[in-house]
Amino acid sequence: MTVGGWRPGRVVEAISATRSARILRLEVPGWPGNDAGQHVDIRLTAEDGYQAVRSYSLGSYGASETVELAVDEIPDGEVSPYLVEDVLPGDELEVKGPLGGYFVWRPGGEAPVQLIAGGSGIVPMMAMVRAATDAGAAAAVRLLYSVRTPEDAIYRDELELRAGDGGVGLTWRYTRAAPDGWPDVVGRVDDELLRTAVWAPDRQPIVYVCGPTGFVEHVADALVGLGHASARIRTERFGGA
Amino acid sequence: MAVVSRGFGARRRESDPRLPPGQYLTEDFPVLSAGPTPRIEQDEWRFGIRTEGGDAVSWTWDEFMALPIEDVHTDIHCVTRWSKLGTSWRGVSLDTLLDTVDTDAEYAMAHSYGGYTTNVPLEDLLGGKAWVAFEFEGEPLDPEHGGPARLLVPHLYFWKSAKWVRGLTLMADDEPGFWEQNGYNMHGDPWTEERYW
Repeated sequence: MTVGGWRPGRVVEAISATRSARILRLEVPGWPGNDAGQHVDIRLTAEDGYQAVRSYSLGSYGASETVELAVDEIPDGEVSPYLVEDVLPGDELEVKGPLGGYFVWRPGGEAPVQLIAGGSGIVPMMAMVRAATDAGAAAAVRLLYSVRTPEDAIYRDELELRAGDGGVGLTWRYTRAAPDGWPDVVGRVDDELLRTAVWAPDRQPIVYVCGPTGFVEHVADALVGLGHASARIRTERFGGA
Repeated sequence: MAVVSRGFGARRRESDPRLPPGQYLTEDFPVLSAGPTPRIEQDEWRFGIRTEGGDAVSWTWDEFMALPIEDVHTDIHCVTRWSKLGTSWRGVSLDTLLDTVDTDAEYAMAHSYGGYTTNVPLEDLLGGKAWVAFEFEGEPLDPEHGGPARLLVPHLYFWKSAKWVRGLTLMADDEPGFWEQNGYNMHGDPWTEERYW
């Protein structure tokens, strides 16, 4: 797997996703396409030549030259506030990738598939949900999505749409506040939820967990405790600036 | 000529000559690993070295603690672009450990509890450049950071500093480890940005 050099990318769409997150679509001429779950490096250059690079998961997959990021703003960050608040359609940046050959799902890949996302950890999962739905494999895929409140859910409408008849199994877990009349517990993902909303260990699912470090540590530990094989649990964690 | 991003740069960070190119400073200690955190008790922990000829040596935790222990003050650099400056560790030098075996190998594969592997040229492990570390900032190494013990090769990107390390296999020829098979560089020098293939 060879990663090419920096490619110029042009912002073609910038859509508000939540109070703190924005979905960016970038046109990247020559983009070779990417698997669901891969990420890119984004390089920003100031007028005086100063540069900063950060990695972002791709919400998109496949052969298009348009790629999609969903960026959650880190309040004291250097790059994410620019991408969430400042960048506009027509602006240019640079893209390197696709990167990562491990936290990926490909059509025809292992099944059943369990996706467990915390917060903006949904982004690579969205690419996998899209890939699985488009490949007719949605029934083998379950997604457990933990967010603080309904307003904090990135991709909420599309996920509901893809969880319709015969679609992806979708379970929401709200950790701070749920919609009115919500029938389930509000609080962090616990063993009870991991027993009921996740494919059972004897089905031998491949499990992808993505989110903040504390979330991923807790969920991965709990899954092992419930009998899931470590080797079938893939994690991607984020934290820091 | 790089593409200029309109309006970028207002929140730029201080630069620091100790930062390799493309890195930014972090004060916390991000955790990056491919799967669940293995939980290894000290009394079940072993560290072993197997040579290219098949000879093997290994240490229990107590035997390991009886070896010469060094204090290490160093900067660390993750391929995901965070760097942490002035970290303090304690561990046993790879010079001490490799001194016990007879080898002409030029490469080592580090093996971890949990199945992780990473390849490192032997010359990057010798000469006071690498340790098996079991303390960070005066405390036993947390499991999520690789405790009870991890490899510490601070002059290379930190994915080479295998967490939960349990041994080395010495090899005449280089072979890719886990991330190396998944697109990362065979060597990983932060100063020349050896990130990917």
